[in-house]
Amino acid sequence: MPNKITFCLTVVFTLSAAVAAIRLRNPVHCALSAALAFAGLAVAFLGLDAEFIAFAQILVYVGAISILSIFAVLLTRGTEVEPTAAVFSRSWITGIAITLGTAAAILVPIFSSSILYKIAPAVASAPVQMIGTELMTHYLLPMEVMGLLLTSALIGAVVIAMSDRPEKKDDSSHPSVTRYPSAESKPATKRDLTTV
Amino acid sequence: MNSLDQIFVTLKQWLLSYVPTDFQPVGSALLSIVAIIAVFGTAFALTTILERKGLGRIQNRPGPNRVGPCGFLQPMADAVKMLTKEDIVPYAADKVLHYLAPIVLTVPIWLAFAVLPFGRNMSAIELDASIVFFFAVGSASELAVFMAGWSSHNKYSLIGAMRGIAQMISYEVPLVLSTVPVLMLSGTLNLNEIVNAQSGFSFGVGQWNVFTPWGAAGFLLFMIAATAESNRAPFDLPEGESEIIAGFLTEYSGFKYALFFLGEYLGLFAVTGLAVTLFLGGWNAPLAFLNVVPSWLWFFAKFGALIAVFIWARGTVPRLRFDQLLNFAWKFIVPLTLVNIAVAGIWYFSSDHLAYAVRWLICAGIFLGFYELLGRFLSLKRAPRTYRYAE
Amino acid sequence: MTPLSYYLGLSGLLFAVGFAGAVTRRNAVIVLLGIEFMLGAANMNFIAFWRFGASGSAPTGIMAVIFTIAIAAAEAAVGLALIIAVYRHRQTTQLEQMDSLKG
Repeated sequence: MPNKITFCLTVVFTLSAAVAAIRLRNPVHCALSAALAFAGLAVAFLGLDAEFIAFAQILVYVGAISILSIFAVLLTRGTEVEPTAAVFSRSWITGIAITLGTAAAILVPIFSSSILYKIAPAVASAPVQMIGTELMTHYLLPMEVMGLLLTSALIGAVVIAMSDRPEKKDDSSHPSVTRYPSAESKPATKRDLTTV
Repeated sequence: MNSLDQIFVTLKQWLLSYVPTDFQPVGSALLSIVAIIAVFGTAFALTTILERKGLGRIQNRPGPNRVGPCGFLQPMADAVKMLTKEDIVPYAADKVLHYLAPIVLTVPIWLAFAVLPFGRNMSAIELDASIVFFFAVGSASELAVFMAGWSSHNKYSLIGAMRGIAQMISYEVPLVLSTVPVLMLSGTLNLNEIVNAQSGFSFGVGQWNVFTPWGAAGFLLFMIAATAESNRAPFDLPEGESEIIAGFLTEYSGFKYALFFLGEYLGLFAVTGLAVTLFLGGWNAPLAFLNVVPSWLWFFAKFGALIAVFIWARGTVPRLRFDQLLNFAWKFIVPLTLVNIAVAGIWYFSSDHLAYAVRWLICAGIFLGFYELLGRFLSLKRAPRTYRYAE
Repeated sequence: MTPLSYYLGLSGLLFAVGFAGAVTRRNAVIVLLGIEFMLGAANMNFIAFWRFGASGSAPTGIMAVIFTIAIAAAEAAVGLALIIAVYRHRQTTQLEQMDSLKG
């Protein structure tokens, strides 16, 4: 019974954090709630005896991905949301309808399936040593491919995000002016401390 | 002697025998929590006063010496001052995040102590992947630093937070990579088993990882990365007071400031404890005949010695510039940790073919050769330093 | 032990929430976060089926999740780099304003 209570608390925590992450106006708040939701998911993994995955989940999602998205928000001035600007897309009603359809298409088969009555083995554990051995034997090729993928993603991300200003140096003597062409193309969203 | 070694374990079992069986897991956890908070809370108070006194001695002044005998009650006075100060929240601040940031920094750090083995049979929880747990809970501090800096709505806070995050992400890579040789050679991620793997003695000297070439190099790299990870001088740019007031702490006062202070010291204690466990043999005695001394005393002796090194470094090394800091991490420390992993592999596979001394010299030679080459390569484009004002 | 249906339900709901975020938000960063939620929900399924599955000796589900987490990290890095690159050209992260093929 305590197992179920813990699980229900985890579910409430994770889902409310996830809903907050897609509902809040300020993208920084969204990214922080997303970190909470990922941490809640890690707790659910702990309940399934997958220690290593739970810790890896926290390490990667909370420590890297949410920080990365916060950086992206700040670098794209995402926090300067006007109080009246819409944060949901014009077709959000259609989106919600499709979402409900998808949720039904997932949940109805799950709850009508016979797999629900499967009894879990009393003990199931994946010690780190076993995971390591498997990675180096059965899953050696996928692991190599993963290494290649991560390397290329790293290089690709750096190349894409790298500033291409040096090439444009000949066009104008003031590259910073060409990057932000005029005041009117960029709405005056700069939050003024004195007027808040 | 064994009874003195296990005195805390026995004490815990004796106390637990008064707890009903149903509540024994909870009781055990509570006892461990109380012990950890008491010990490291005291260590925090002691470290603040010793650090101020040590820095004073380095800078040729007495340091705090007014409150209590030799000034040793100064932490109490500081605590009273902190707690009675007004708690100011800036008008433009994001109130919720401003409130949550010190909590997010301080609470997860306590969790990291749960997996450290403080003595024989003295770790609060036994986890299969305890070192991954340690780094996972440590990753919350980056979020806390960002929350503190961004929610204050102050440009110095934001600059400090961005510096802090960039620094912590950059140095987390070498911090984790420098532990990899230890994990490879011990064949486990469990800190207790890593300590057990170092418990042997050869010629009466403990078989600590730091006495091998990859261990010595890894220890130095780990300590450098740990200094940066805990935002201490010479890597204290996030709160460099001569440049950006106090960085992300600028808008904090009173109890919240004290919590940040506590969190930073606890982070330092946690990585120091990890360094002792991974490289300095954990609770093992350095010499075989010293085994009579209780194991927890050895752990805390090594711990104190490493803290003293941190204080010494803070008093002697000047602060880096930010580009120097990041270049140092990505161009120098990270390649060296990668080479160190290769050296550990060579060490492992040469054990059947070569004598110990030969093996030691070859591995050390490879690492030092790469160190020299990398250093020369990085300083190729630089002209010799010229001093304009000092001759 | 909590029944399998609870975990599958959590996974389904989390997938729906992530999907809603991906299709209803304007900000590209949050759309990416929604996609990460969907990946997390898939991970939940892998782990749940591994735990309730027959063979305890082979950590199949765990392996799949390790690779998924690595892919999620790569995807986030490249996706956010793309968002920053687009922002540099068009001064916006609003997906509805990225409707022109001319760079």
